[in-house]
Amino acid sequence: MNTLIDVLSAPSILVAFIALVGLLVQKKKTSDVIKGTVKTFVGFLVIQAGAGILETSLAPFGLMFQEAFNIAGVVPNNEAIVALALTEYGTNTALIMFFGMVANILIARFTRFKYIFLTGHHTLYMACMLAVIMAVAGFDTIPLIIAGSVALGIIMTLSPAIVQPFMRELLGNDNVALGHFSAVGYAVSGYIGRIFKKDKEHSTENINFPKGLGFLRDSTVSIAITMIVMYFIVALFAGPQFIEAELSGGTNFLVFSLIQAGNFAAGVFVILAGVRLVLAEIVPAFKGISTKLVPNAKPALDVPIIFTFAPNAVLIGFFSSFLGGIVSLAIMLAVGSTVILPGVVPHFFTGAAAGVFGNTTGGIKGSVAGSFVNGVIVSFLPLFLMPVLGDLGFASTTFSDADFGVSGLFFGSLANYAGPIAIVVSLVVILVLMAIPFKKKTAEAK
Amino acid sequence: MKILAVCGQGLGTSFMVEMNINQVLGELGVTDVEVSHSDLSSAQPGDADVFFLAKDIAEGGEQLGNVVILDSIIDIDELRVKVKKVLEEKGML
Repeated sequence: MNTLIDVLSAPSILVAFIALVGLLVQKKKTSDVIKGTVKTFVGFLVIQAGAGILETSLAPFGLMFQEAFNIAGVVPNNEAIVALALTEYGTNTALIMFFGMVANILIARFTRFKYIFLTGHHTLYMACMLAVIMAVAGFDTIPLIIAGSVALGIIMTLSPAIVQPFMRELLGNDNVALGHFSAVGYAVSGYIGRIFKKDKEHSTENINFPKGLGFLRDSTVSIAITMIVMYFIVALFAGPQFIEAELSGGTNFLVFSLIQAGNFAAGVFVILAGVRLVLAEIVPAFKGISTKLVPNAKPALDVPIIFTFAPNAVLIGFFSSFLGGIVSLAIMLAVGSTVILPGVVPHFFTGAAAGVFGNTTGGIKGSVAGSFVNGVIVSFLPLFLMPVLGDLGFASTTFSDADFGVSGLFFGSLANYAGPIAIVVSLVVILVLMAIPFKKKTAEAK
Repeated sequence: MKILAVCGQGLGTSFMVEMNINQVLGELGVTDVEVSHSDLSSAQPGDADVFFLAKDIAEGGEQLGNVVILDSIIDIDELRVKVKKVLEEKGML
């Protein structure tokens, strides 16, 4: 009995077991079953190893920031916070992810929201955040898994739905949706673009923009560069005496900072490799099963699918969003709250997408304004999110993209207000609301 | 033969392209092609015989060698044409 509990509470084994069942259900070849199960098992352990590397980099950064500015500084990075959270919440994350995908299929099957969320790494990150939030809210064991899975299923279908009006405008058809958990920022950018709809013809794509920033799309490069810049700035403020006496063991403070910044990028690199291994079997299985079970399913795909439609807006959006992040940072410094540092990765991906949607509805002006507001949103939401994450709120990193902030705050505040029962009621109400318009429509059709 | 789909993070987009390439290969009845996906930093020229990249990261992937650029990564028809062309060049169709 104890052995069984040990097996089930080791997330790496549990995830591998889920993969094994999935592969057997799909009647894969024995060699594929073995390969897939082992890869998933090892992948999970790789993520945890990456978390270890990240911690060695983040801990001194936090201390240096505290010494330099007397307040806490936080680098929002999904991979970092998830890897740290998985050590404690791994089992629940795995189960919520699995049943959340089932919930997504059921909701898409039986309501008018036909979206199947295929961006596996975001599903994993959201499952992880929900596992934390539901635990902090007071759920445990089976109710925790049920509440987390239903919430995940709802978020997986609603997030693509709120960007879909703008996706239709951009693509000219309704076949594909966007599966990226920063949809709130994108929709806001699209609506802000509408303010400038008279200038829609002045598109970002009519300007001749210098190329050569494409290398930032390579996430290892962009993470390393930003972390080096941030580490150096913070190191200069914290001063060599403090760093060399307390943290680096005598090594030159700038050399120490350079290595730690590199360690951060290395940690994320390792975590991404692990995530890739874990998802390798789960996502194709999810895709295959959902296309069979949900007629007219709309696949919600990862954010770079829209980048090729407006390459200039991608760059403008990134810069404008990053500027929004810097303005937000200045405000936080002025107010003296915890400071959210603008990370290149969140601003690159979410800012770029916000720029594309802003351009679709409002040309250059829409693109600049929409992505600037997106930058402010992805700076302040993580700040407000931290208190509902329990102990993890004190880590030097947190979830970056907008939908994590919105859904985390939603469920976290409900729990603070009236405990787990409030979350249960809200989930039921949302499900009923999602189901109702569908019935109306079929009635009208008759 | 081995095909590698590449994108910036090596998580979502390249994975999707990999699944679509597998779908096209299935339609064409071609079996002995190994398809996988990777991020731009990790991909090396020797990793595969052919690399599939989206247009927006084309400039970062030129050094990989035999590169196929996709104008739209959600257009399965474009992919079908380009995969077919690769297979014909390799004498597999």
